[in-house]
Amino acid sequence: MSNDPDFTGAGGATTEELVFDAKEAQRRRKPNTMQRVGDHLKREWQLYVMLVPTILWLVIFLYKPMYGLQIAFKDYSIFRGVANSPWIGLEHFQTLFGNDQFIRALKNTIIISFYGLIFGFPMPILLALMFNEILKQTFKKTAQTIVYLPHFVSSVIIAGIVITAFSPSAGIVNTILGWFGVDPVYFLTKPEWFRPIFVGTGIWQEAGFQSIVYLAAIAGVSPTLYESAVVDGASRWQMMWKITLPSILPTIIIMLIIRIGNMLEVSFEMIILLYQPATYETADVVNTFIYRQGIQGGQYDLAAAAGLFNAVVAFVLVMTANAISKRYSRTSLW
Amino acid sequence: MTNMNLYSRGDKMFVIMNMVLIGLFTLSTLYPFIYIASLSMSTGFEARAGNVILTPVGFTLEAYKQVLSEPLFWSSYMNTFIYTIGGTIMSLLFIIPGAYALSKPQLYGRRFWNLVVAFTMWFNAGLIPFFLNMRDLGLLDSYFGIIIGFAVNGFNIILLRNFFEGIPQSFEEAARMDGANEFQVLWKVYMPLSKPAIATVALFCIVSRWNGFFWAMVLLQDEEKIPLQVYLRKVIVELSDDEEFATSLLTAAYSVETVTAAIIVCSIIPILLIYPFLQKYFSKGILLGGVKE
Repeated sequence: MSNDPDFTGAGGATTEELVFDAKEAQRRRKPNTMQRVGDHLKREWQLYVMLVPTILWLVIFLYKPMYGLQIAFKDYSIFRGVANSPWIGLEHFQTLFGNDQFIRALKNTIIISFYGLIFGFPMPILLALMFNEILKQTFKKTAQTIVYLPHFVSSVIIAGIVITAFSPSAGIVNTILGWFGVDPVYFLTKPEWFRPIFVGTGIWQEAGFQSIVYLAAIAGVSPTLYESAVVDGASRWQMMWKITLPSILPTIIIMLIIRIGNMLEVSFEMIILLYQPATYETADVVNTFIYRQGIQGGQYDLAAAAGLFNAVVAFVLVMTANAISKRYSRTSLW
Repeated sequence: MTNMNLYSRGDKMFVIMNMVLIGLFTLSTLYPFIYIASLSMSTGFEARAGNVILTPVGFTLEAYKQVLSEPLFWSSYMNTFIYTIGGTIMSLLFIIPGAYALSKPQLYGRRFWNLVVAFTMWFNAGLIPFFLNMRDLGLLDSYFGIIIGFAVNGFNIILLRNFFEGIPQSFEEAARMDGANEFQVLWKVYMPLSKPAIATVALFCIVSRWNGFFWAMVLLQDEEKIPLQVYLRKVIVELSDDEEFATSLLTAAYSVETVTAAIIVCSIIPILLIYPFLQKYFSKGILLGGVKE
């Protein structure tokens, strides 16, 4: 039997048939890519039906404008459209960097962000630490309810309040100054007052709400740390500085990195509402410059170039911030 | 920790000082709202003279009568409701299925699709290309343009996707045994389990719609279509610039200030009504979606 040339394996198949079967089995196990995708789609098509609208929306409303950004390098005319307008290279960028208004806007953006960082960043941390020290729960809840509120109020309303409160004739600020014999000041027309008012308004509106992140971090601090500190006779003041604050330091650092990453995102909606030609010199930021030149002035290509510059710098800042915080916290921000 | 006897005199001082400071900060947050409310109920003369400090002076509802008799106020209020309700429903119709699909491991190119979503959070073409695109799409001056143009937002998708990913596979297995398709699994298993996350996203949408003003101002020229916030801006900017109007009102029972204040009060009220829900879900939302400003 062993030297039978027509040796047949199990089931009576010939060698050739066996080889064929093995190939067939392999073919079935590893179908070609087309078939695999086809099978997958047949089984999971519903998932793609769910995904397609979102992706299409992103392409139409966010990715198509990115394609439209090429007008930053073109002499754009409405009649020729994005694709057919002639290329002019970096001319718009040269114009921008020779434009005093753009340079001023760039400078103002950085200065206003910087003020916001110095005065606005510590405030929510301080508030969270202080909220944490309040023992009366009803007092704490009431206070939190009130300080979170301005976050949900629109910038038009906030601007309306600011304009009314700082008005020279009727405003409460000038009324109070009047008690001390100070003549009415028309604050919103004074360049030197714009940044303090704008940054102060931002802190008033957001500090309370931003403290939520830190309160959550404080809630995660182990109670045993405080218990042993109490046994050692530590005062509340000492516990706040030596236990609570160091424990939330990682959160503080991550928030700081994000904040720096978003440096260029000055809330320009509020600036549009509060500034006027008299205060442009201290108030005009890159996005308000783009709004005036582009949407109000119709210089779309030049304004798009300013926007591209802004977006690229912002992208680099955000990416760097994410990379740093990844290294620091071992978790990415998204 | 709550036993006050444990604390020394220094601690008591600290606790009291702390309460005083928090109390002051809270009052300073509250005061501008009280001031505006009082202003809206004062006479125009007293408001102009700067006599309103805390409570209404010469109580009158003339400013409200003036505001409520303006047809543009009512149409803009209606429009805000249309944009808020329509926009929020539109957002959820895109975001919920999209986030569900992105949460499924078997989705081909899942990493790529997630990147397509996340990239829009990092890089933005900016105001001008977005505006020109809306114009090219014929969506200027259109209700539909405002509702569809801001429907999707990368942050909300990722927030919901993360929540869906956290739901254990075992929950959907029973439904799949019964032959449920993806839509049924999403509707019958995931949606009920994700109520807090969906509520959070819905509230994010509602607030940003209710408060949104910049794009409505830019995209809508037709006064009939503007929302409340754009109307409020018109009143503030145009009335305060219009000297003739301002002086003609000097003797009237209402003034620029009281009318502005009355519109502010009218537009804050709906936010105050949903505020308890906002407070409940927003802090959760912040923590759900990771840290984001």
